[in-house]
Amino acid sequence: MEKELRLMKGNEAFAEAVIRAGTDAYFGYPITPQSEVLEYLTAEKPHERTGMVVLQAESEVAAINMVYGGAGCGKKVLTSSSSPGISLKQEGISYIAGAELPCLILNVVRGGPGLGTIQPSQSDYFQATKGGGHGDYKLIVLAPSSVQEMADFVELAFELAFKYRNPAMILSDGAIGQMMEKVWFNPQKKRSGELQPWATTGKTADRERNIITSLDLDPHRQEQFNLKLQKKYREMKEKEVRYETFQCDDAEYLLVAYGTSSRVSQKAIQMGREEGIKVGLLRPITLFPFPSKEINELADQVKGILTVEMSAGQMVEDVKLAVNGKIPVEHFGRMGGIIPTPEEVVENLKAKIIGG
Amino acid sequence: MADTISTKQIIKPENLVHKKSAVMTDTTMHYCPGCGHGTTHQILAEVIEELGIQENTIGITPVGCSVFMYNYLNIDMQEAAHGRAPALATAIKRLMPDKYVFTYQGDGDLAAIGTAETIHSCNRGENILIIFINNGIYGMTGGQMAPTTIVGMKSSTTPYGRDVSLMGNPLKMTDIVATLPGTYYVTRQSVHKPGNVRKMKKAIHKAFEYQKKKKGTCFIEVVSNCPSGWRMTPVESNKWMEENMLPFYPLGDFKVPEE
Repeated sequence: MEKELRLMKGNEAFAEAVIRAGTDAYFGYPITPQSEVLEYLTAEKPHERTGMVVLQAESEVAAINMVYGGAGCGKKVLTSSSSPGISLKQEGISYIAGAELPCLILNVVRGGPGLGTIQPSQSDYFQATKGGGHGDYKLIVLAPSSVQEMADFVELAFELAFKYRNPAMILSDGAIGQMMEKVWFNPQKKRSGELQPWATTGKTADRERNIITSLDLDPHRQEQFNLKLQKKYREMKEKEVRYETFQCDDAEYLLVAYGTSSRVSQKAIQMGREEGIKVGLLRPITLFPFPSKEINELADQVKGILTVEMSAGQMVEDVKLAVNGKIPVEHFGRMGGIIPTPEEVVENLKAKIIGG
Repeated sequence: MADTISTKQIIKPENLVHKKSAVMTDTTMHYCPGCGHGTTHQILAEVIEELGIQENTIGITPVGCSVFMYNYLNIDMQEAAHGRAPALATAIKRLMPDKYVFTYQGDGDLAAIGTAETIHSCNRGENILIIFINNGIYGMTGGQMAPTTIVGMKSSTTPYGRDVSLMGNPLKMTDIVATLPGTYYVTRQSVHKPGNVRKMKKAIHKAFEYQKKKKGTCFIEVVSNCPSGWRMTPVESNKWMEENMLPFYPLGDFKVPEE
C-alpha cells in the first residue's frame, strides 16, 4: 500500500493516524476542542478495520485508568482530551509514570484556568513538561505545529513511550486540532500482538507473576526507584531532543516558539527581515526533553531571545535556564484563547529585545 | 487418649483435611488476626486453582487494606488508583476477552471514591467479577467512616456514632448494582463461619463460569469484619457483625440468572 493524501482537521488526522499505527485501544471522553477524535474513531469502526477497541468512558478519570489497565497489558493504548479534562487525568498519569507504563495522551489545549474558554492556548506547558500530577516524574512531550505532525507524532510518541516505558504526551492546541490541511498518511499497520515480558497477560508456568504497581512503602527502595526514573529522564535528554531552526544562520535575534506560536513567528520573521532585522526561529519539537543545549549555543551567536507563547510566559523559564544569563531573554504572549499576530511579535521584538 | 492423633499420622495424605492453595504464594500476610481478607483470598485462590485458570486470570487490587493482595496470589495483577479498579478491569477484559478478570475492592474504594467506575462498569455489563469487601470502615487509614458505616456505628471520624443528620445514610451498593441491566449475578455473602465460607466459594465459582460464558458483570459483596478498626477481638467482631451488620446488610442473592 502506498501513502495516501487527504485534507483533514488536525484532530481527525490524529485519529486516522492512531488507527493506521496499529493501536490496540482508545479510551476517551468528549470535550471541546478535541471531540472529533472520539467522533472520528467511532465513525470509522476501527474494530472492523483492525480489531482496535474504542470506548467512550464515563469520565476523564475512568478513561485514563482504562489506559492504565490496557498499558499494563503491554498494549498500545491512548486517550485524548483538552485542558480541563487533562487536569482530571493527572492522577492516572502519575500512576502510569510511577508504574513505568507506555501510553499516549493527546492534549488539545484550550485557554484556562478553570473552565476557561474553548479557544486555542498554550497555557498547559508547565503541566505537561514539569510532571503535572504528584511526584517526581516527566512525560515525553511532543509539540506538533501542523496537521501533518498531528498524524506523524502518533507513531513517534508510541515508539518513544515503549522505548522508555514512559507516558508520552502530544501537546497540541485548539488551532492545530481544528484547522484543515493536507496530510500524508502511512499505510495501515497491523496490530502487533507482541507480548511484553513485563505485562499482565496471564502468568504462564515459564515465568514469575507480573505485577503492575507504583507502590513501595520502603523509603530506601522508593528512593532507588526514583533515582532509576531520573536516570531514564537524563537518557531522554541525551538522546531524544528534537527541534527545528528557521533562518538562524545569520540571525542576530532569536524567537523561540512551538506549535501555533511557531507558525505566527515564521510570518513575523519574514516581516522583520523585510525591515532588515536579522531574526531566526528555534522551534522545540520535544518540549521534554527541551533543546536547552541548542538554545545555549545559539545564545553565543544572537544578541537577545524573545519567546512567543499563548500563555503568560511558561516556556520562557526553560529558555532562561538554558541561556543562563548570557543574553537578554524576554517573553511575549497572548492569553485566554487569543492567537498573537505577526505584527505584535515584531513590535515586541523591537520593544523588548532590540530597542531594550 | 484414643482420640488423639500423632504428628506422623497428621501428615499422611489420607488425613489431609485442608491445605494452602497452590495459587497462594509463601508470603506472610499483613492482615490483622481474625480479618476476613485472608479467608477471602484463600477461597479465591482455591477457586482459581480448581478451575485451572491461573495462567489466564488477571486481578486488580484496590487502595485499602487489600492493596498488597498481589503479594499473596500467584497470578498477574495490577494495582489500581483508589476506586479505579473497574476502569482497569474494563480495559484489560476488552483487550483480552478470553482472560478471566476480577477486581477486589473495599467499601471506601468501591462505594465512595470509585462509585462512578463501579456503577458504569456494571451498567455496561463488562464481563468481569467484582468482589466487594464491606466492613463498614476505612481499615488501612486507621478506621474512619466508610460509605457503608451503619447508623450509630463508631469510627475515628464518627466518634459518637454515625449520625444521619450530620453524615448522611449508609450506602447499599449491592442493592443498587442489582437494578442495573448490565449485571448478571449479584449476591451478598460472608466468610465468618464455615458454612458461609462454603457458600462464598460457590458464588466465586459461579461468577467465573458466567464470565466464561460472557454473561455480564458478576458482583459479590462480602460483609466482613475489622477487629482492629472496630477495636474488638476477632470473636467479638464476628459477633458484632452478626448482630449489627447483617440485619442492615442481609446475606443472600440479589440477582440470579434463570436457569
